[in-house]
Amino acid sequence: MQILRSLLFRLASTAVTLVGVAVIVFFVIRVVPGDPIAMMLPPGATEEDIARLTALYGLDKSIPEQFFIWAGGVLQGDFGTSITARRPVLDLVLGRLPATLELSIMALVIAVILGGVAALTGTRERGTKVEAGIDVANGMALSVPDFLWALILILLFGVAWPVFHISGRVTPSLDLPFVTNFYLFESLLRLRFDLWADIVSHMFMPALALAIPLAAIIGQLLKQSLKETMHLDYVTLSRTKGYGENHVIIREALPNAILPTLTLVGVQFTFLIGGTVIIERLFSYEGLGNMAIDAVINRDLPLIQGIVILFAVIFTVVNLVVDLTYALLNPRLRHA
Amino acid sequence: MADLYQVENLRLSFPDLTRKPLLGPAPRTEILKDLTFTIPRGEILGIVGGSGSGKSTLGRVLVRLLEPSAGTVRFDGRDITHLAEAELRPLRRRFQMIFQDPMSSLNPRHRIGRLIAAPLRLHGSEDPEKGALEALDQVGLPRSFASRYPHELSGGQRQRVGIARAIALRPDFILADEIVSGLDVSSQAQVLALLEQLVAELGLTLAFISHDLSVIRRLCTRILVLYRGEIVENATTAELYDNPRAAYTRELLDAIPLPDPDQPWI
Repeated sequence: MQILRSLLFRLASTAVTLVGVAVIVFFVIRVVPGDPIAMMLPPGATEEDIARLTALYGLDKSIPEQFFIWAGGVLQGDFGTSITARRPVLDLVLGRLPATLELSIMALVIAVILGGVAALTGTRERGTKVEAGIDVANGMALSVPDFLWALILILLFGVAWPVFHISGRVTPSLDLPFVTNFYLFESLLRLRFDLWADIVSHMFMPALALAIPLAAIIGQLLKQSLKETMHLDYVTLSRTKGYGENHVIIREALPNAILPTLTLVGVQFTFLIGGTVIIERLFSYEGLGNMAIDAVINRDLPLIQGIVILFAVIFTVVNLVVDLTYALLNPRLRHA
Repeated sequence: MADLYQVENLRLSFPDLTRKPLLGPAPRTEILKDLTFTIPRGEILGIVGGSGSGKSTLGRVLVRLLEPSAGTVRFDGRDITHLAEAELRPLRRRFQMIFQDPMSSLNPRHRIGRLIAAPLRLHGSEDPEKGALEALDQVGLPRSFASRYPHELSGGQRQRVGIARAIALRPDFILADEIVSGLDVSSQAQVLALLEQLVAELGLTLAFISHDLSVIRRLCTRILVLYRGEIVENATTAELYDNPRAAYTRELLDAIPLPDPDQPWI
């Protein structure tokens, strides 16, 4: 009952957040310089042409008026029509969303594996040179931003030792049988491992570039909370019961140490989705981020609005999921 | 073999990192200085001393959470001074420990039943769940507590769970480190009575660490007084209270607040 009530409260506050985001983005992109109509018309267009096109897109109305027209459409599932692509924004955005989600989730999985292994190894070998080495590697991974990792990876595995594809999402010459845009998952479900391998080979470097800084954060925080937990009485006590080091770390300390890391991963995951914008550009990966950059360059106002709203929805959903997981994993909160 | 523990010339020192030079090893601080004593089977030994006297450190050496720097520690005739963790593991069942803070010594994520049963399973019990329920019986907690989490219990109940976890393994020796100092007076009395009863029933040997001499007096047959890592007195309870030899012991005894209705209160 308690959980249901707090869930309803969260959903309500999420709705308020989304309205706020919608208002801000709508007004800001109309106030900053840049005219979408000017981008569309060839040089030498007449005043009349400009006025006609401006009226066609409703840009001659006042900004609040435009907002209410747009917001009314959104409430009915109509996010408007892209100025450049001349297709419904919702179709465009939902078509690209799977690519970005797959990339982000793959990056998250890589980050959790790398960070987790680093933290557990560092805890097991605490006080030794191994731990010092892990700390140095963590520091490096953290201080170099993801787009620089992308360039390093391209140089290493795309140019010097070309084992991975450096651009796109899938080799264009391949025949794709997919009905959804979740290529990675669908190729697995269809047992088309040849296609799956090709897709992974395209995704691996962008995902790794996104994952490295996050892995360092996870590794550092998890190792720190593991270390604190390792000093607690019940951990010491489990040694006196005769448990070995691996059991003590993984079964006694880890489940309690992991909670702060989980919250952090939730927050960082939203940053990671933000990071896809530049990473997708670097790898010409056909996701939302790449589309967002094009939309901004072309002053495609409806498309920018749609993408930002979608990002906001993703952020709030991810945070909600993290909070719920947190409650499920912590018996004290579950019964509170 | 009358003595369960034989401790000879035990020393323990730690590197003192606060005085470590930039290069080179840190100077060592001696925590325990040349301790020699025995714990006969069935005895309840009180280990007393002010804070920093080394009493908890001594306890941790006895259950081999710490490795001595010098000297020998024999448990049931076997030298455990420098045994490696793997060799200690089968022995660990036989010397158990109970901590001061019952909340922090119970993993908050596990139910009581599992907390008691898991070590039993590790040491090859055929029916760990049954063993856990029996242990709950022995410490006077209802069996329904097996499905509860530690945070759902009161302090006294948690400390009973700590005792249940220790006795469930059928140990020879239990180290109780300040186990009642976090409890209110009535819970203290109940836990002490329970401990006394269990020691008699199960034929346990017990080392009871405390700074509270009135608790020690009630429970212990013999008392070891530590001061700055040295034994200043090792005597039976009666001897120690009637005729304290060391000046430090007399100081400790004088510090016990005694209720005396004839004295004015202020």
